[in-house]
Amino acid sequence: MSKAILYDATMCIGCKQCEGACAQQNKLPYDDKVAGETIQSEHKYTVVLTQNDKFMRRLCQHCNEPACASVCPVGAFHKTKEGPVVYDVWKCIGCRYCMMACAFSQPKYEWGKLNPRVTKCIMCPDRVQAGKPTACAEACPTGATKFGERDDLIAEAKDRLKQNPGTYVDKIYGLNEVGGTSVFLLSSVPFEQYGLPKLEKLGDTPLPHYTGRVMEMMPDFIPLWALILGGVYWVSNRRAEVAEVEAEERALRGEK
Amino acid sequence: MTIKGVKITFWRVVFIVIMVLGIYSTYVRYLQGLGAVSNMTDQFPWGLWIGFDCLCGIMLAAGGFMVTGAVYIFHVERLHCIVRSTVLTAFLGYVLFIVGLLYDLGRPWFIWHQMIYMNFHSVMFEVGMCVMTYTTVLFFEFLPNVLERFNLHAPIRWVKKAYPVLIILGILLSTLHQSSLGSLFLIFPEKMHPFWSTPALPFFFFLSAMACGLAMTIFESTLSSRAFGLGLERSVLTELGGALYIVLLVIALLRFQDLWHRNIFMTIFQPSYEAYFLWAELILCFVIPIIMLSFKAVRKSPTMLYIASLSTILGFVTNRLNVAMTSMETWVGHHYMPKWTEVSITLMICAMGFFCFSIAVNFLPIFENEHDEKHAPAPLIPISEQATLLH
Repeated sequence: MSKAILYDATMCIGCKQCEGACAQQNKLPYDDKVAGETIQSEHKYTVVLTQNDKFMRRLCQHCNEPACASVCPVGAFHKTKEGPVVYDVWKCIGCRYCMMACAFSQPKYEWGKLNPRVTKCIMCPDRVQAGKPTACAEACPTGATKFGERDDLIAEAKDRLKQNPGTYVDKIYGLNEVGGTSVFLLSSVPFEQYGLPKLEKLGDTPLPHYTGRVMEMMPDFIPLWALILGGVYWVSNRRAEVAEVEAEERALRGEK
Repeated sequence: MTIKGVKITFWRVVFIVIMVLGIYSTYVRYLQGLGAVSNMTDQFPWGLWIGFDCLCGIMLAAGGFMVTGAVYIFHVERLHCIVRSTVLTAFLGYVLFIVGLLYDLGRPWFIWHQMIYMNFHSVMFEVGMCVMTYTTVLFFEFLPNVLERFNLHAPIRWVKKAYPVLIILGILLSTLHQSSLGSLFLIFPEKMHPFWSTPALPFFFFLSAMACGLAMTIFESTLSSRAFGLGLERSVLTELGGALYIVLLVIALLRFQDLWHRNIFMTIFQPSYEAYFLWAELILCFVIPIIMLSFKAVRKSPTMLYIASLSTILGFVTNRLNVAMTSMETWVGHHYMPKWTEVSITLMICAMGFFCFSIAVNFLPIFENEHDEKHAPAPLIPISEQATLLH
């Protein structure tokens, strides 16, 4: 049911057709200057990086349990059942916690605008819902970026690793990282070389679990702490009252 | 020097310069956006405003819940004389935090969205709701000062009736959001330097708020008693100094245990970019104040107490800036230095705090001789006449 993207760097020829298609789909400017930019930004949701004639594509990983969706105080991000993690600009208040929380640093910001949006690849949710592949997958001439059912793509990626053991780094980037994502990367060179977070730093724990552990203590903690404080107040108040009455009695006795 | 009857003092000139620069930066912020006014980037989406105005502002306003709690819940009556000024500091602190937030949020005009689009999984949501509610609580804790000024005694009695509930609510909300400010950073452990990235961050944030609440109370009581020529009971400050000493010892021990159990204790002695910042923080937070406060003579001397508390405040401010900024720099790969316009807005917010504090002290009965609020009926003599009686 859930869709995903498989990017195989060994099949990529660095033509940047995906970048152009992405820009067109999201109504962003795209020319030679933008094509030359090697970092993602508010006007470039995906980028093809080149290193010694090897390529790597960066885009939102569309985590199964997205940190951006978990941290947003107004719930501007959410994971759809088809796979894309989408953004609702109307809800956004601009706290930029999503940008801090994302392990892949995908959300970017319109720093120059007065009513700025958070921007990132949203996996063409309209196209996906209509049963079409994402713009980048459709544009890719070599099939390096492939769109399909998540389970099918995992099986295919595993098969490719098995068939060509020498060609690839033995890892499907995104299969289990931070609890699994909807974008899988295959590469012949270590992923860190392209600025992707180190695998050992990421781990397989979904990021929202780190704060979830603390947040789930709240419902127990609040009544307990309130009760303790109320109790202390009652005891100390009672002691003050008793002390007062006793002082009065002592004064009365003293007078007698 | 005086011009047309207005006395020109050094601090007044500083204040005006800060305000002029701040107003210019405000103009840039709201006409050209965040990019023009700050050095924040996609790599460094949180800068000085979150690190200082928000994280430190809330921490420094923690005196409010501690002193009110001590006086009204634990019946430490000796501290009664500083309740009003601490509540004022806390109230101003939270209001200015919200002002700071209106600068930092990209779409401040939608800040109310958090009350309708609630995401209960978000730590930020919890902090926001707690801060909003607690500011309201502080407003009511502060309200009797204003009512007393205008001789409205009936509503004072209503507010005083609700005081125990208000105070307990205040402590509850403070415990939650002070620690949750630390929880904000739990979700990206991979980005932070191991010195500061610990699952115990919420506890440290709460404890450092306690230490700073005490230090701020000493600092602000000493400062205002000098500025407004008030006699302040030394025993109260000595007592606060003793409490600060104990809290600092507890934090230092826990901090050591945290570093030790994460097997990085020895690495803090190896010089590195992060280590320098950590040393600055540890020396200001622990070494200076703990050594100072361990001497009885220091705890009895207002000047020395003032220095010890100032060191504590600077130390924990460094700590929070380290958590929010220094710890991210290696991961990001470059340094973040706030732009001068960013700094000027922070300075303007601080200056507004000092200004509002002195206005409030001049116009409201903050430092008036406390009436025994619990037993005696509210005073029937107008404030103006009370003043003549006191002299």
